[in-house]
Amino acid sequence: MNAVGDKKEGQLVHPQKLIVWLLIASIVMVFAGLTSAHVVRKAEGNWLEFEMPSVFLVSTILIILSSVTGHLALMKANAEDFVKSTWLVIVTFLLGIGFLVTQLEAWEVLKADNVYFGGELSNPAGSFLYVFSGLHGAHIVMGLGFLLYVLKAVLSKKLEIQRRKDITEMGITFWHFLDGLWLCLYIFLIYNHEIKIDYGDRSN
Amino acid sequence: MSAVAHEHDHHHEESFVTKYLFSLDHKMIAKQFLITGLIWAFFGGGLSILFRIQLGFPNADLSWLEPLLGNWIQEDGKMDPNFYLAAVTMHGTIMVFFVLTAGLSGTFSNLLIPLQIGARDMASGLMNMLSYWFFFASGVLMMISLFLETGPASGGWVAYPPLSALTDLGEAAPGQGAGMTLWLTAMALFIVSSLLGSVNYVATVINMRTKGLTFDRLPLTIWAFFVTAIIGLLSFPVLFAAALLLIFDRNFGTSFYLSDIYVNGEALSHVGGSPILYQHLFWFLGHPEVYIVLIPALGITSEIIATNSRKPIFGYKAMIASILGIAFLSFIVWGHHMFSSGMNPFLGSVFMFLTLIIAIPSAVKAFNYITTLWKGNIIFTPAMLFSIGLVSLFVSGGVTGIALGNSALDIQLHDTYFVVAHFHLVMGAASFFGMVAGIYHWFPKMFGRMMDDRLGYVHFWLTFIGVYMVFMPMHYIGIQGFPRRYYSYSAYDTWSDYVNPETFNISMFISIAAFITFSAQAIFVFNFIYSALKGKRATQNPWNSNTLEWTTPVEGIHGNWPGEIPEVHRWPYDYSKPGAKEDFIPQTVPFSETPESNLEGEA
Repeated sequence: MNAVGDKKEGQLVHPQKLIVWLLIASIVMVFAGLTSAHVVRKAEGNWLEFEMPSVFLVSTILIILSSVTGHLALMKANAEDFVKSTWLVIVTFLLGIGFLVTQLEAWEVLKADNVYFGGELSNPAGSFLYVFSGLHGAHIVMGLGFLLYVLKAVLSKKLEIQRRKDITEMGITFWHFLDGLWLCLYIFLIYNHEIKIDYGDRSN
Repeated sequence: MSAVAHEHDHHHEESFVTKYLFSLDHKMIAKQFLITGLIWAFFGGGLSILFRIQLGFPNADLSWLEPLLGNWIQEDGKMDPNFYLAAVTMHGTIMVFFVLTAGLSGTFSNLLIPLQIGARDMASGLMNMLSYWFFFASGVLMMISLFLETGPASGGWVAYPPLSALTDLGEAAPGQGAGMTLWLTAMALFIVSSLLGSVNYVATVINMRTKGLTFDRLPLTIWAFFVTAIIGLLSFPVLFAAALLLIFDRNFGTSFYLSDIYVNGEALSHVGGSPILYQHLFWFLGHPEVYIVLIPALGITSEIIATNSRKPIFGYKAMIASILGIAFLSFIVWGHHMFSSGMNPFLGSVFMFLTLIIAIPSAVKAFNYITTLWKGNIIFTPAMLFSIGLVSLFVSGGVTGIALGNSALDIQLHDTYFVVAHFHLVMGAASFFGMVAGIYHWFPKMFGRMMDDRLGYVHFWLTFIGVYMVFMPMHYIGIQGFPRRYYSYSAYDTWSDYVNPETFNISMFISIAAFITFSAQAIFVFNFIYSALKGKRATQNPWNSNTLEWTTPVEGIHGNWPGEIPEVHRWPYDYSKPGAKEDFIPQTVPFSETPESNLEGEA
């Protein structure tokens, strides 16, 4: 059945690309729910104060880089230079793996700092951080799977050129989304992970 | 396009597995949703009968139920209170999610979206199939939980913590251990199923409409399914977030929802959680869920009432606007479920204001149904009766919503039978009526045969009167303060007059009415099975309807239309158009063929 495949005449948008966007919308809602929960819960007090591990900054830089290489991969694919595109997709994939590794590293730092996910010593302040990072990481794993699919498409000799471009575009769209999602979460956490108490300016 | 059409001209034999089990055809998937939904309706309804026995006849000897319920019947012949709570919980879960979400939306979105928009199938047949099988897997887990020795989840269908977050036996009800774990897993699968379905419905409606079928020519059914899918897409993920945190609290020792809590005199290790947080997250889905259940029923009703009144739907654009209005408002009123949770009264009044605004689009819909019926050449098919019944239930249940939407009144009525009566009428029974109406109306499209009208009439009147007999008295005991979910009321002096087993009382009345209503569904089951096998053969367009699904062959083929997909030239409600030869003009008839009835600008 050629029901999905390519955009047909008279169609508003490419059906599969639309599906990617709809999935993105639903993932946004999951994180909107969780970040709202974070805000509401924090307002109730009993909130653990801790330092954000600096290794999160490394993973943020890695994922921004991966978005750049991903975008270049898409540009190369659109220019039908699939050899360069292949290499760029591989680099993107490796940067994604690097991101995951640094996320796990951050968990180790947190544990060393006595910030736990569960158990008697845990506090929602820390648990939320693990949930954001972990759930985002689970989506990164999905995104990596998607990148492998893109890799297969850019390497493929059988698929039509337009189809190879479309698959690349969808995979990279999803990857950009994961990048943006992490940036939002990271900025959200930087400003919200601890209760800021304004003591006024005491420098003078 | 012709290549695709050509492909569908071939009649290729399919194996049993690809045709009936792992089918990619939207019509078969619709039937799968329908049959599964109806089986769940039997279980969900049956559970309500069991707890109505307890509520109406608390002193009766129930040892005759022992073969069915085993140890859930105590040695003194009474129902185990834990089972009672489990039955209430599972009744809610099954009815809301499995019957009225999957059974209603799953069935009719799948059946009607491709047929009414002129598409060969859904945007993705694979996702559609997965949607059904995730639902099926979810149902299997939920079914297993019914047969656990410790029983299924019993903390209410809303699964509020701390009850739902405590796992060990003895901390909460026995069903809150393995039963609750299965419940959560089943719900996670259900959310996946629902999202796969919704994504597909939205993509299909946006992309795959046939030539000429603009959004202002879409049948209201499609508008309803489309908007419902968008609501589901945006609200179910939040339930997923809520369930995820609950799973972490239960199994990983986090404290999102559990605060400093003592069980059996001992402090648990959880600190700092907030059970109210769960309520916010849950109702952010929970309220839109009400409309996920109701809007498809309203869409089905719009179509059936217009067809069987032989009149255009009154206020087509107002109907669309009110669906959109209800959908938008459904996301910002969840707080009205939480007026008594210690909410800031100012915030409460904001939620109250927003809630009461919903009365406006709802009233627009109710008025438009009535004005469509007004002076119509009404044909009372069973589907039409159930649709009119829906309008009645929607109005009488909606009116009490205005009372409950006021925070001052709600604090008195919260968690009483008044609430039970309200939502069973406006959302439970109304949506069920919509579903049944849809089955009667599109049965010929699904099975190529007609359902029996006379059995349909008997089924309608017994159900319609029965539903009112069950739920009307509940308003009165609700105002008296009867709390919902209680196992027994006889211990309280306040209500002893109402539940005195020596005399005929209101609880007995409700229970007997429930037995009659439930039994009446047997007529429907018989009619359904008999008609599917031996009913009268359907003609292509048995209701003289305008929409595209009635231009497909009766037997239902892969790809829906044997040749080219028909083009659409007009809106779907040209019934009894002045000057026209017949009292209906299908959407496929161009204006050039109907010069006698064209209005100004239609050429």
